[in-house]
Amino acid sequence: MPDSATVNTASAPKVKRQSELVAVAKRLSKNSSAVIGFVVAMILILMAIFAPLIAPYPYDKVDLFNSKAAPSSEHIFGTDELGRDIFSRIVWGSRYSLSIGFLAVLFSSGVGMLLGAFAGYFGGMVDDGIMRLIDIVQAIPGILLAIAISVALGPGFFNTLLALGFGMITMATRLTRAAVFGVRHEEYLEAATSINASTTRIIFRHVLPNSFSALLVSATMSIGGVIMAAAMLSFIGLGVQPPTPEWGSMIAGGRTLIRSCPWMVTFPGIFIMLAVLSLNMFGDGLRDALDPRLKK
Amino acid sequence: MSRYVLRRLLQMIPVVLGVTILVFTIMYFIPGDPVKMMLGPEATAADIAAYREKLGLDDPYLVRLGRFVEGIVFHFDFGESWVYNTPVTTELLHRLPRTLTIAAICILLQVFVGTPLGIIAALDRNGWGDRIGMFIALFGVSMPNFWVALMLVLLFSVRLGWLPPYGIGGIQYYILPCIANAFPGIATQARQTRSSMLEVIRSDYITTARAKGMSESRVILRHALPNALLPVITVIGNGMGMMLAGTVVIEMIFAIPGVGWYLVGGINTRDYAIVQSSVIFLALAFATVMLLVDLLYAFIDPRIKAQFAGHKRRKRHHKSKGRLERREHYA
Repeated sequence: MPDSATVNTASAPKVKRQSELVAVAKRLSKNSSAVIGFVVAMILILMAIFAPLIAPYPYDKVDLFNSKAAPSSEHIFGTDELGRDIFSRIVWGSRYSLSIGFLAVLFSSGVGMLLGAFAGYFGGMVDDGIMRLIDIVQAIPGILLAIAISVALGPGFFNTLLALGFGMITMATRLTRAAVFGVRHEEYLEAATSINASTTRIIFRHVLPNSFSALLVSATMSIGGVIMAAAMLSFIGLGVQPPTPEWGSMIAGGRTLIRSCPWMVTFPGIFIMLAVLSLNMFGDGLRDALDPRLKK
Repeated sequence: MSRYVLRRLLQMIPVVLGVTILVFTIMYFIPGDPVKMMLGPEATAADIAAYREKLGLDDPYLVRLGRFVEGIVFHFDFGESWVYNTPVTTELLHRLPRTLTIAAICILLQVFVGTPLGIIAALDRNGWGDRIGMFIALFGVSMPNFWVALMLVLLFSVRLGWLPPYGIGGIQYYILPCIANAFPGIATQARQTRSSMLEVIRSDYITTARAKGMSESRVILRHALPNALLPVITVIGNGMGMMLAGTVVIEMIFAIPGVGWYLVGGINTRDYAIVQSSVIFLALAFATVMLLVDLLYAFIDPRIKAQFAGHKRRKRHHKSKGRLERREHYA
């Protein structure tokens, strides 16, 4: 029966791949801190997606009669100097902070993965050239590089994203390169070459998928770092500009009023911390789950 | 050993050049005319053109780049501020000691608080000490330093009134900035020490030491710790970069006139010559620290010394192990 045979061969690898995924998920679900991290991160992401439904007030609604109000049942996190509801601004702000975090990491991982794969696969001159460039970029502390690029590109969402993503390309490149070096002499690559697979196909279908897990963990862990860096950029007046409710610029706005209304500084900071903490906890768990050998 | 030092010094050259060229190129794309800012709003078009000519701003990119690089490499001259028309170098050198002091105190905090935390966590594997220590460390890396700084000010200056909220002066002015800046470093150090210690504790020579009937404290302090600390030295180097970069926002919050505050001031007044020079300057300071760390590492780690003492095998060995491996491990 040719029909069932094709069904079998088609479904066989699928089942295997799924089972691996399930195994990782199972190990993850046993790790309580990873689960907590995942849940908190999910809540924050949902908060960002459904911001208009969750925020009790529009983020830019000025109410001067109620300015600098302490937290109360009406404004649970209080209001700022213009009477804008801080909780609503935090909810809206999560859109910028989280999306900058995810997109900057996606951008840097994508570029870094390509560079790292080329460097690792071809070796020699290509490798030397790419790695020397990486060395130079890495010699500048990340946040300083982000400041320089941010100043040069000017403010705005995409410019900030580029500024933050650029410096992180180095890490993704190094990781991918190391992973590619690790699999370079595996037999399945020899097999792929021997059946005359093209270089692009080998890199994209065979090399990269097998060096993906290290990158995945580091990407998860670096989203938190980017969120913090983005907040810092807007804190010093770069990045996303007011009146956009960005967590860092909210803290900057409350800085001079810290004596009279500390809630303006406290709450946005707590949300930055929650976002970063949850992603770090999840990333930690993910690393252990993907490579159980590390956790003896 | 001297060969290693020489080699490492030579490696600095492309990094210094590369950093300068990269930052110059990035900042080259800034829109706006610096001369308009230098001469103020009353300047006529002819004045501006003449001044541009004098500063060589109309020259092509490569000529300007060459002049800038030459200034830094041969004269250690970082150019002039657009707003104040003063040389940036004097200002940077004048401010550097303060920034370095803060960064150095932070590194000391990182080492002397983070390391014990990591050791305690490793020895009490999966116990309460481990859990509490790693929980603190997880929080430490998850809080932005500028927010920690503001929270410390809120608690210790505004509420308790124990420490000054900003300014410079005696030692009490340094406490809050340094704690705030060192927080993530302490956390990283603790995590790194823990995992490094756990790895060492499993080795055979520790089992041997215990089997000999050695006291547990001697096993840990004499046999495990020195080996566990080797990889941690690299963390200190990276920490220095983090601390130097962290001072930017910390100095701004605590009104400490260091390189970082100068940089932020440059951003606010749109004096991008200051931004450009400060970024390069801090990056060079960081590169110098990394150089010192690598030399220290070579001095302490007999394996690297051995590589350079040997003959033909040295090159091959160094290429495959050595620097590459260490860096990758902490990337």
